[in-house]
Amino acid sequence: MNGARISAKAAQRRWLPEGRRGPMPWIIAIMMFLTVLSAACALGLGHALWKMRGDLAGGYTIQIVEANAAKRAEMVRQIEGFFHGETAVRSYRVVLESRLREQLAPWLGEDAQSGDLPIPALIDMSLAPGTSPSKISEISREIIARAPAARIDAHQSYLAPVEALMRALMWAAAGLVGLMLLVTGAVVVLAARSTHDAHRGTIDIMHMLGATDLQIARLFQRRIALDALLGAIVGTIAAAALLWLIDRNLATAGSELAALIALPWRSAAVLLGLPIFAMLVAALTARITVMRALERSL
Amino acid sequence: MKAQGFGRGCSWLHMDRIIQFENIGLRYGADAEVLSDINFSLTTGGFYFLTGASGAGKTSLLKLLYLAQRPTRGVLRLFDEDVVMMHRSRLPGFRRRIGVVFQDFRLVPHLSAFDNVALPLRVAGMAEREIVGPVEEMLDWVGLGGRQDALPASLSGGEQQRIAIARAVIGRPDILVADEPTGNVDPEMGKRLIGLFEALNRLGTTIVIATHDLPLIGQISHAQMMRLDKGRLIDPTGALRFPPASGARDERAGLPLGKAQ
Repeated sequence: MNGARISAKAAQRRWLPEGRRGPMPWIIAIMMFLTVLSAACALGLGHALWKMRGDLAGGYTIQIVEANAAKRAEMVRQIEGFFHGETAVRSYRVVLESRLREQLAPWLGEDAQSGDLPIPALIDMSLAPGTSPSKISEISREIIARAPAARIDAHQSYLAPVEALMRALMWAAAGLVGLMLLVTGAVVVLAARSTHDAHRGTIDIMHMLGATDLQIARLFQRRIALDALLGAIVGTIAAAALLWLIDRNLATAGSELAALIALPWRSAAVLLGLPIFAMLVAALTARITVMRALERSL
Repeated sequence: MKAQGFGRGCSWLHMDRIIQFENIGLRYGADAEVLSDINFSLTTGGFYFLTGASGAGKTSLLKLLYLAQRPTRGVLRLFDEDVVMMHRSRLPGFRRRIGVVFQDFRLVPHLSAFDNVALPLRVAGMAEREIVGPVEEMLDWVGLGGRQDALPASLSGGEQQRIAIARAVIGRPDILVADEPTGNVDPEMGKRLIGLFEALNRLGTTIVIATHDLPLIGQISHAQMMRLDKGRLIDPTGALRFPPASGARDERAGLPLGKAQ
């Protein structure tokens, strides 16, 4: 009297035989492992880019290349005077000459410390957020008017090549995520077709008894969604473990770049949502695949 | 005129002809037609036998009846609706009104006898508590009350056939189509099963049975018979005859009918 002991849903699930799960969960696990790593890479690089842009935005260095120390000091004073009345300049800092000589010492040796060697004056300037390009040009013109020997460098331009590389890597990683999800979908299509073909006899009987395509498709959908979820969880756990190990190693390295690449919690939440997303993709793909296959029969 | 039968579906109480074949032809692929120019109509609540030699087209005709196949030409009406052009999404609703006993039983091999018999009710979405009683009763009736949990592979041919019959009749279908339903059971069980079909028929179900079993045909006094030969009805006008043919006419179908022997 097994029929009396089970629910209607449980009875329906048995319309397809319970058997070995086959390789699909493992394939999905591998795909999900690679997807999570790629997604972590894309999200980490995206976060690093955003942080880098924030840190460098509005930062400029004014370099006054003038051999005459008195003239150079006068130019610095003129620029400082201009900055006092300019609201767009959020802050500035004249780099001390002694600090500059210290920094040059590893390359120039003892000569760097002697006053005989002229070194340029440096002013770090930070503009208020949202300063328009026209205002920036105006400020540049005013600085050049006071110090014709001045060179103004935007901090962003220093790291432009690095930023371009990081952006390229981020998009490549995001592309890989898309590709992995596509391949996952393809695996599900093949699995659904193969399961459909394997149970063709049972499906024909169900059809003859009046089962709708949707009733039959739901059986496959549920089974494949569970397989996908199992594989996705295994793959995500493995990837998360690897990411944790990498994070620990980067932290030990104490690198500023490593700190920049660190994943914020929101990105981690996105990564943890990937198994659910993979399961939904698999369920939807299975449903569409089986419905299409069933439409070919009467 | 009003249909015979005591049907539970009010819709077909007013329906005289439950099945109509008009110039039906059927071919598989590019082969020659296996059924040609089939014309007949069956009335609601009738009991019909379909006979003919092997390869005459009986199974093909039954396939058209239980909607496993659509004809390649002609008009096929079931429950007063043309099913030839009907969208396939509507077919499940029609199939649930037709019980089928397949010649090869077609039991679901991984489901128990209970689950196989319960299948049409579950497909129709009946609540589980409403399923258990009728299924157990039906299994008792076909003599398999003690084998509810048995898988088809562990049952004999006759037992499988009884499960197939129980599955076909459990939902009290409007039409019951059976292909050699007593081919694998002993004469005693054959009589019992025919009794089941008669009981179902008395409740208003139209019965169509394909068989070679002439003694079986003789058991049903009010049954009518169609004979197929090489894909054609012996009487191309669709006469429904009870052997031996006589000149009598069936008022319901307006066709010549025989008298029971």
